[in-house]
Amino acid sequence: MKIKSPKDFWSGLMFVASGLFFAIWAITHYQMGTAVRMGPAYFPTMLGALMVVLGLIILAGSLAVEGPKVPPFIFRPLVFISIGLVLYGYLMKPLGLVGATAALVYVGALGGHEFRWKEVTILYVVLIIFSWLVFVKGLSLPFPLWPAAYS
Amino acid sequence: MDVFANLWLGFTVALTLQNLFYAFVGCILGTLIGVLPGIGPVATIAMLLPITFNLNPLSALIMLAGIYYGAQYGGSTTAILVNIPGESSSVVTCLDGYQMARQGRAGPALATAAIGSFFAGCVATLIIAVAAPPLAEVALKFGPSEYFSLMVFGLIAATVLAHGSLIKAIAMVVWGLLFGIIGTDVNSGVLRFTFDVPELSDGIGFVIVAMGMFGATEIILNLEQGEKREVFAAKVKNLWLTMEDFKAAWPAVLRGTALGSCLGILPGGGALLSSFGAYTVEKKLAKHPERFGKGAIEGVAGPEAANNAGAQTPFIPMLTLGIPGNAVMALMIGALMIQGIAPGPQVMNEKPELFWGLIASMWIGNLMLVVLNLPLIGMWVKLLTVPYRYLFPSILVFMAIGVYSLSNNPFDVLIMAIFGVLGYICSKLECEPAPMILGFILGPLMEENLRRAMLLSRGDPTVFFTKPISAAFMIASLILLVVVALPAIRKKREEAFAEETK
Repeated sequence: MKIKSPKDFWSGLMFVASGLFFAIWAITHYQMGTAVRMGPAYFPTMLGALMVVLGLIILAGSLAVEGPKVPPFIFRPLVFISIGLVLYGYLMKPLGLVGATAALVYVGALGGHEFRWKEVTILYVVLIIFSWLVFVKGLSLPFPLWPAAYS
Repeated sequence: MDVFANLWLGFTVALTLQNLFYAFVGCILGTLIGVLPGIGPVATIAMLLPITFNLNPLSALIMLAGIYYGAQYGGSTTAILVNIPGESSSVVTCLDGYQMARQGRAGPALATAAIGSFFAGCVATLIIAVAAPPLAEVALKFGPSEYFSLMVFGLIAATVLAHGSLIKAIAMVVWGLLFGIIGTDVNSGVLRFTFDVPELSDGIGFVIVAMGMFGATEIILNLEQGEKREVFAAKVKNLWLTMEDFKAAWPAVLRGTALGSCLGILPGGGALLSSFGAYTVEKKLAKHPERFGKGAIEGVAGPEAANNAGAQTPFIPMLTLGIPGNAVMALMIGALMIQGIAPGPQVMNEKPELFWGLIASMWIGNLMLVVLNLPLIGMWVKLLTVPYRYLFPSILVFMAIGVYSLSNNPFDVLIMAIFGVLGYICSKLECEPAPMILGFILGPLMEENLRRAMLLSRGDPTVFFTKPISAAFMIASLILLVVVALPAIRKKREEAFAEETK
């Protein structure tokens, strides 16, 4: 057995695994019901099974037909952008717009090609003012501007 | 004529100062994001969705629609002047449009694109006005089995038109359907796949998934590729077309409009596919196909008309059936639902001013775009010189604010980041996110209709093949699948998509 098409191999595997997960979880946790009165497990189990079948076909194909390699993952933007976004969400309540935006802009900018303190700081200030004017003043969204300890 | 009376009603509501203002805002925003690569209409509309909560339904839809078709105009401007497709549907415009600009004919190229788009927009709007009411009439008679079969057909059509492997696209649809199921089961009240996380009991918001898989993923992929934007803006001198240009362009515009209108109605079709289709058609029909890629005006006129028509006709299934043919239409449905309006055939009868007002606003918007675009070209081009390292943190902030403001819950932002990573992995494995998003939106609807249909038929699954309308959809889906699987056609399809990636 040799993997001839890595892209298909891994995507097939991904589909089989997640189809199995949904189907098994549905069967073990929810009621199946009958075709007339479908229980909560019926539709997800059907879909999960279908996904497993599709995944297996893709897997089989990946062993038979030559295909392209998976391009390398470049972790820098992936990691920094994701972390920046999550930080923004979780820092909004304790640190306010000022703190959350700082986390997102500085951490996010680290995911770019070059990081220049001065530029990022100017951008940060502009974005804070903009968000405050548009979202807090203009649309009256209930975001705190400053960290909770100060207000 | 009924249509004219209705359109008159539409214009009276669309021409109010407030609605004109929102159409204007939408067009400007749309053009802006159309010009800027790396941010598309899906992410922008998703960001603005929470804001529309404060507007009345018509103004909200008018603004969002303006963003959508404005993006088509903006994208072609940069494609012609600087060889950068601001929007994926203007990729083909680069081929001949930029060549025309290099030969000093940027003006005629821009004029052709604008006039072609405007013409196509007008025709497509008229098609919506004429075709939608009878379709809604038919749709009112649909029962659960018809709806289910229609959705199956829609999803299959969407996968057939997607890039790359058909089977992967179908698997992505199924995955989307499964993600759509997460949350409380309406029939039994059981919490499904919520893993005891209270935030998941209402399901995952569509906006969050779309922002993750389109917004965040796109930024990450853009950063990977590196910054290689250089702007050599061509000078725009003369906007007028010569008689010769006009003669060459107008049949192409007609063909592009026809093709775009048809493809736009199909689920998963829309602007991108239409423009590629139109380019291929023009090249096939041309007496001297070797001119293409070297500044043939038909190569600008056809695709530009097609992408605008293809951007507008998806409104037909959205407005009459409540079924979104692409991600933008799904967001429109989201906007309607935020306003407490259930999309479907009843909207036209219950809220005629909303329906016809939106249609009339498309006309007004298209006109605004032509008037706005030509004089403002210089400004749009200047915007392109803004480096991506300023743009992407700004886009990130808007995305995060938009998602956070949905329910002031950090969990939503976390889910968006997770879908961003998932979108990244999928793109590396060449699995298209668009079919998944369609599945995600249709998941709950499909299950609901399947259950009802099976209940009515007492568990007899043949009901989908014995009712005539439902059977027609099912057979059409089967034919589509078989046809695409046939080796000869498969080769053609691969060729067609190969041309895109060049």
